[in-house]
Amino acid sequence: MKPTTERFLTHTEQALQNAELRGAVQRGTASLAQRRHEAVTDRPDFEELREWCATVKAHTLDHLDRYLEQFIASFEGRGGQVHFAADHREARNVVAELCQGYGVRRVVKAKSMLSEEIGLNETLQGIGLEVIETDLGEYILQLANDFPSHIVAPVVHKTKEQIARLFHDKLGTPGDATPEVLAARARAILREAFLTAELGISGVNFAIAETGSLVLVENEGNIRLTTSAPRVHVALMGLEKVIPRLSDLPAFLAVLTRSATGQKITSYVSVISGPKRRADTDGPEVLHLVIVDNGRSAVLADPKLRDALRCIRCGACLNSCPVYQQIGGHAYGWVYPGPIGAVLDPGLLGLKSTKLLPQASSLCGACGEVCPVKIPLPELLIEHRRRSVEQGLTATGERLAIGAFSFLAQRPALWGGATVLGRGLSQLLSHQGYLSGSWLPALGAWLKERDFPAPAKRSFQQRWREGLRDEK
Amino acid sequence: MRVALFVTCLADQLFPEVAVAAVKLLRRLGVEVTVPDGQTCCGQPAYNAGYQQQAREIAAHHLAVFAQADYVVLPSGSCTAMVACHYPELFDEPGQRSEAERLATRSYELCTFITQVLGVSDVGADLNGLRVTFHDNCHALRGVGISEAPRKLLRAAGAELIEADGHDVCCGFGGLFSVKFPDVSAAMARTKLAGIAATGATVLTSTDAGCLMQLQGALRRQGGSVRVQHVAEVLWQGVA
Repeated sequence: MKPTTERFLTHTEQALQNAELRGAVQRGTASLAQRRHEAVTDRPDFEELREWCATVKAHTLDHLDRYLEQFIASFEGRGGQVHFAADHREARNVVAELCQGYGVRRVVKAKSMLSEEIGLNETLQGIGLEVIETDLGEYILQLANDFPSHIVAPVVHKTKEQIARLFHDKLGTPGDATPEVLAARARAILREAFLTAELGISGVNFAIAETGSLVLVENEGNIRLTTSAPRVHVALMGLEKVIPRLSDLPAFLAVLTRSATGQKITSYVSVISGPKRRADTDGPEVLHLVIVDNGRSAVLADPKLRDALRCIRCGACLNSCPVYQQIGGHAYGWVYPGPIGAVLDPGLLGLKSTKLLPQASSLCGACGEVCPVKIPLPELLIEHRRRSVEQGLTATGERLAIGAFSFLAQRPALWGGATVLGRGLSQLLSHQGYLSGSWLPALGAWLKERDFPAPAKRSFQQRWREGLRDEK
Repeated sequence: MRVALFVTCLADQLFPEVAVAAVKLLRRLGVEVTVPDGQTCCGQPAYNAGYQQQAREIAAHHLAVFAQADYVVLPSGSCTAMVACHYPELFDEPGQRSEAERLATRSYELCTFITQVLGVSDVGADLNGLRVTFHDNCHALRGVGISEAPRKLLRAAGAELIEADGHDVCCGFGGLFSVKFPDVSAAMARTKLAGIAATGATVLTSTDAGCLMQLQGALRRQGGSVRVQHVAEVLWQGVA
């Protein structure tokens, strides 16, 4: 997917004017956050689980070379084939060549944010393949020619009424069909696709180094069908997905499903250890795994940003984020929105084109509080801001203002003089104790939708010196 | 007992009555209050915006101003979090770092100081069933864990506390965030105010003047009857 992160402000403006989108996002995130809250409360040792998962992920990343080697050896030992892709182009090409090599015409796809990241569908369609998204949310997006706005709930930005209209236009269901009717229609179409596709593409939630297994977590059953019905299964995974042992998995599942959808466990958890064996009645004949870098090794090499690679893509930080709740995921302009996007996107795409994302946070800390692998998201947002300052990416006005502010804040006499001046001036401009003119320099933007209190005639420190100090 | 008040720049310049109420409350509880000369700002605006060097310089100034204080009391959870959570990490030099760590452990948000250090929950205020809803400042809550202290004081004073939907959700202020992304910030305030209006509370209060400034500013535009007041003022009015 081509990033449009530079247009964040325009996107935000559009999102704020789209009441239908904002309503859908606010309802969706609120419901997911509530379900998470209940599921987490239900598990008294959740904090310990978080701590443990964070530690395991951090350890694995610190020794990723070793764990990747171990994983690959185990995976190949079970008959899987591994491919490496340095960037999105290589990743797309590997998959395209596999499809061509197997003479494939029809491809079914399970939900994979990585496939969105590398823009896989366009490439496959470009070489004449029929590509069918089988996750219901992704299927809706494919029908609408739209893209995901959330890591877990890709279509959270649409209302069920919008989806009913879409199905009516594209698939002929009644315009006011219920979600059950719509799902049944999609199911019938997708069932046919599973049975006729020659190749299935999936992502990977966890890769177990010890056993060479791929773990996939889902509710709809489409992943299990995608990875077992077609003759060929191609899995795509970012190189950070490895965990050491099979016995580590239960803890990760416990935090992932609770954080993502508030479930104790999802309807399906598939542990895929190699292609179909001789005695198996089903499963793919061949299993390929494409391990994608696409900027990740640079993030791994960065001692501060490395923590962001712990992410298990649960989406809890999006649901908890009051900014995401207002503007939705498309505003961020790339596959990973919300707090994790604001931290990860600059790492993967570079800070220059993504510099606004880490600024678009009130640093409220809600994301850091819910992250199941304890990524210090607020700290990393500030880290990106520091780098923006270091790289000269911040506005000149801002640099000058902060410079002047800091100069004065260390010089109480000048600070006193400047604040007297400032207060006097504001007193002149204020009306009934408030400033409200949107023409005012610097404050103008603030004043568009809010009043600003006029500073006091006398500061507290003046009042202190002029009598309060001696009162008893 | 003797404490140094860090007024905070926002209260000093915009809401001096907040700091006045804090002084009077502390005095009423038998605390001797000093206001060290030369105090300005904790440096949070620079820190949050990524200006580490400037934040460090302001922090060094702040450390010097409060070097002698046994306790520093702040009528702000956000500035307390800045000093308590971020000051130590700003300094590499061991001397300054230990100074910063010392100040971090001696700095208290007003309500926390009253309940934890003084061990008081009844400040002698009578709020007589006043219907109050409390907004949790993000840094107070998630930075330094302030949640119960102000509520305890309000309840002990006889206020009826009504928790708003989203009482712990950001108001949208976020310092420079509210200037850089004014529309998103204002939208956040609207969502927040809807939750507050639904409580039917007479007073909206918080430990932090910044949040209250944001919410009051938005409230004046969109209309609403809730009175917006810092917790120090609410409590002091119950005394006076």
